[in-house]
Amino acid sequence: MIFLADFTVIVPDFGLLFWTFLIFLLFWFTIGKFAFRPIAEALKQREHDIQDSLDQAKKARQDMANLKAENEELLAQAREERSKILKEAKEVRDRIVAEAKDKAKIEAQKIVADAKEQIEHQKMAAIIELKNQVGAMSLNIAEKVIRKELAGNAKQEAFVNELVGEIKLN
Amino acid sequence: MRRYILSFICLFFLSTFAFSQDHGHDHNDGHGHEQQATTDPHEEGCGHIEEGEFNPGATAFHHISDQNIYNIGPFSLPLPCMLYAPENGWSFFSSGKFHTDDHGHGNGHVAVEGYVLVGGMVHNIRDNSFPDGEVEINNHGFHTTITLEDGKEKEVNAICYNDRLWAVDARSTADGGVFGGGITSFYDFSLTKNVVAMLIVFALMAWLFFSVAKAYKNRAGMAPKGVQTLMETLFVFIQDEVAKPFLGHKWEKFLPFLMSLFFFILGLNLFGQIPIFGGSNVTGNIAVTLVLAVITFFVVNLNGNKNYWEHIFWMPGVPAWVKTILTPVEILGVFIKPVTLTLRLFANITAGHMVIVIFVGLIFMFGKGQWGASLGTAVGSTVLTMFMMSIELLVAFIQAFVFTILTASYIGAATEEAHH
Repeated sequence: MIFLADFTVIVPDFGLLFWTFLIFLLFWFTIGKFAFRPIAEALKQREHDIQDSLDQAKKARQDMANLKAENEELLAQAREERSKILKEAKEVRDRIVAEAKDKAKIEAQKIVADAKEQIEHQKMAAIIELKNQVGAMSLNIAEKVIRKELAGNAKQEAFVNELVGEIKLN
Repeated sequence: MRRYILSFICLFFLSTFAFSQDHGHDHNDGHGHEQQATTDPHEEGCGHIEEGEFNPGATAFHHISDQNIYNIGPFSLPLPCMLYAPENGWSFFSSGKFHTDDHGHGNGHVAVEGYVLVGGMVHNIRDNSFPDGEVEINNHGFHTTITLEDGKEKEVNAICYNDRLWAVDARSTADGGVFGGGITSFYDFSLTKNVVAMLIVFALMAWLFFSVAKAYKNRAGMAPKGVQTLMETLFVFIQDEVAKPFLGHKWEKFLPFLMSLFFFILGLNLFGQIPIFGGSNVTGNIAVTLVLAVITFFVVNLNGNKNYWEHIFWMPGVPAWVKTILTPVEILGVFIKPVTLTLRLFANITAGHMVIVIFVGLIFMFGKGQWGASLGTAVGSTVLTMFMMSIELLVAFIQAFVFTILTASYIGAATEEAHH
């Protein structure tokens, strides 16, 4: 048994049992409680913080994307609105122009018609005037012819010609 | 970098050689404890003491054992002795009173209050007629006799004083005679080398982790820095690879215990690797591993839930006749688990320490005091020892990890909720 008797590490010594028990419990209750526990808490807190930050960043990115989409939609809407307004404006313009043209045409026609009527009136008046003049002249001539007749034939003829030559159709 | 490695190898080689010289010197002086006497301890007179051969096994046992003195390099630092003998009461004194030689193997020149220091360990002189107080004894006169008692070989130590041999009692141990120990006339509650090593590791760990915890508090919300980063790697490894997978949502409750186990064992394993600093073999002492395993046993079983005990005593979903086999096996398992924890850590660390001592011991076996042969073997042993030490460094981490992960798995099994 010399082997085992000398091999002291395999026989548990009472003192060492006692001190190990005491020191390990001390280790557990001091370092475990006042160092390991706070470190674990701090690590957990940091893990949460990191997760929170990541989540927040993700959310911010999502928000940005949403905002961008919204903006684009708004922009598209505005564009559509603009083109619609432009289209309407064009229509209105075309309509106004067309109306104006129509109106102008009617007016012009009316003016022309009025003018024609006026001309007709003037013409009729002139013709009547002319007829009246011609009648008066004819009467004049006839009076003068009659008077000349009374004075000689040749002379009457020349006279008539003279008179006719005097007549100037204005 | 290469220069550092080279200088390290030189230093290592020199220290190995110095160690060998130191031992050679011991041996020639006859201070070694390997002497054997054929004299009967009860016989008058001390007889002739023969010097024994160098015994690498015994040397290794001596170097890995707990001591009442602390050897740093060639110096023996005294430690406080607290001894209790039921017949004589308590004795408190410094082990410096034994007057050991600085280069010796821890044999004291002086007996104090009936106690003597043999091989660095306190022993009690059985005979109460031995004079009290400090008595000069012949430190050459330690005798070891092998006697047959009840058909078993038994080692009897004795010292020579006043031309008479006085039988020296072995230390009381808690193995109940299984490993050759047992209760004797005294108990040693001294602050031994191992206890001092534990206190140093405790202080270092406390300083380290309190500063790390403080760093987390002061630098909250900032990235870890310095030693905080180093410790965080280990801490998070144990937390995420050991505590969380085995303990589920209850991991936080048991985290301080698992961390304490891991860092206590790791710290002691690594501390024991420092050759110049006593090379204390703390986690290679069965008392230490036994206490850790027993504490684990209580933590596991006191937290065991209904489901755990049901699986031990009446395994559900198994035919009744199988249960009659299974239940004893399960009950045995409850006690075998701490035993395996104890032995695994103890055997791994002790084996590592012993192999290193034996590699160095090769120098004496092959050298036999001749310079050339000693030097040649020293080169070889240095290489072997360095190789062994790097393995031991790995073992230090692996064994601390294994102890912790097994503890976590036992706690996990004990606290697991029923899931069928």
